[in-house]
Amino acid sequence: MSATMIALYVFVLACFIGYWVIWGVTPSLHTPLLSLTNAISGIIIVGAILVAGFGQGGGPAGIIGFIAVTLASINIFGGFVVTQRMLAMFKKKK
Amino acid sequence: MQLTGNYLALAYLVSATLFILGLKSLTHPASARRGNYYAMFGMLLAIAATAFNPAIRSYDFIVAGIVLGAAIGTLIALKIRMTAMPQLVAALHSFVGLTAVLVAVGTYLTHRAQGTLNTVLMAELFVGAFIGAITFTGSLVAFGKLQGIITGRPLIFAGQHILNMMIALVMLGFGVDFLLHNQFGALLILIALALTLGVLLIVPIGGADMPVVVSMLNSYSGWAAAATGFTLGNNLLIITGALVGFSGAILSYIMSKAMNRSIGSIILGGFGGGESTAGTGAVTAAAKGIKTAAVEDAVFLMANASKVIIVPGYGMAVAQAQHALKELVDILESKGVTVHFAIHPVAGRMPGHMNVLLAEADVPYDHVFEMEEINPEFTTADVALVVGANDVTNPAAKSDKSSPIYGMPILDVYKARQIFFIKRSMNPGYSGVENQLFYQDNCSLVFGDAKKVCEKMVVELKAA
Repeated sequence: MSATMIALYVFVLACFIGYWVIWGVTPSLHTPLLSLTNAISGIIIVGAILVAGFGQGGGPAGIIGFIAVTLASINIFGGFVVTQRMLAMFKKKK
Repeated sequence: MQLTGNYLALAYLVSATLFILGLKSLTHPASARRGNYYAMFGMLLAIAATAFNPAIRSYDFIVAGIVLGAAIGTLIALKIRMTAMPQLVAALHSFVGLTAVLVAVGTYLTHRAQGTLNTVLMAELFVGAFIGAITFTGSLVAFGKLQGIITGRPLIFAGQHILNMMIALVMLGFGVDFLLHNQFGALLILIALALTLGVLLIVPIGGADMPVVVSMLNSYSGWAAAATGFTLGNNLLIITGALVGFSGAILSYIMSKAMNRSIGSIILGGFGGGESTAGTGAVTAAAKGIKTAAVEDAVFLMANASKVIIVPGYGMAVAQAQHALKELVDILESKGVTVHFAIHPVAGRMPGHMNVLLAEADVPYDHVFEMEEINPEFTTADVALVVGANDVTNPAAKSDKSSPIYGMPILDVYKARQIFFIKRSMNPGYSGVENQLFYQDNCSLVFGDAKKVCEKMVVELKAA
């Protein structure tokens, strides 16, 4: 099995996990769900780090990587902090 | 220290597990905060592991980018007002999209330098860049509409869909050129075309369909991350992308279902002309035989009720009325009145928008109910108070087969003993359909800005 095929297996199985996990999310937390998925989609930073850290010889790759790392970091920090802020507001009756 | 092969993969597996557990924790508000910590830890682990990847040869750009991004992201997240959450979410989607494009271009350059380009990799690059580019500009347009920079009205012109189709085909052509001839220029042109397509896809969609657009772009941002995962052969990206992609897709499905519209018709756009020019205020209302009520009357009935159900909508967010509303609820509850909130799935500009605003105003979440839960309760409610909602309370959706909103699930406000409907003017809701509720004997309109009316109600209640 080729590497791409294995990746496809992982992808399809992850889709099923996503399907079941997301249907379980309570509608009152749909906005935090959006912001949390914002944060974790910042995982694309892994790709950005690989580009930014390539070093000499990649032409403008370093600069491109730097911008990508910055944007992904905004997502990660912005997403997690705002999710935290929102979730802290959800309280039961005292 | 360097992490190689299996250790790196193991760290990523733990991260992916933590992300799944994090999302799973959102099943209930009580466990949700723990879930956010799981996800944060997963992210920290993934970044740390990647930093030890032997392929990394220089850290300057990485550290600078993370520090800068962390500062900007944290600052925005701390400053943003809860009513502006839809814009923030849209902006963050656009960043994921742009990052996907940059990573695709960057990966092409680094692999070209190493001489490790191949057709499969390039095909994956192409897909990642294309989905990323559409997500980027599409989200920018959504951001502009939500922020009010661009009109929320659908922008429609003749041949729109044919134009989109042609752009998509030309883009595909450049994609093939890129694959067959390894043309870097072709990659850049196809990205430019995808950027244009992203704009064109979102401009025809009107303001009322924003909950679906926001969810859809959430989904795209996930697929963009997954495509990048294929490019890099990174399973963590693939798993996370699939989770986010499905999250957005399911939210889109729930939202379109709550509007009784197909995703297809929403994507094609053109729904909701926005503000029509109906006459304003009490004069028009009286001419149509619609009853109006003074704040005092509404307050009197609510204070003597045993159960009041409040129905908030986008108008509450616009008027920032949630805090005044909460004060009103407190006083009513101190008088022994049971007060519940009823939320329609598409109330507001994104999924769950109302819940967050009410939570911000300290309304306990166990007093806030979803449509299916609360609908049977309206028959026993003495008063239903509608604050800034409209279409989602229109009984024509159930009774009038000729109505454009026929079949849309609604909140059964019409079953309450008495209805007070706070309204700024006689303008119809986003669907442009007049609300049949107004012609019911038990419904009275209270004219005024939602916040001011609520504040006035508080003053009256305190005096009573």
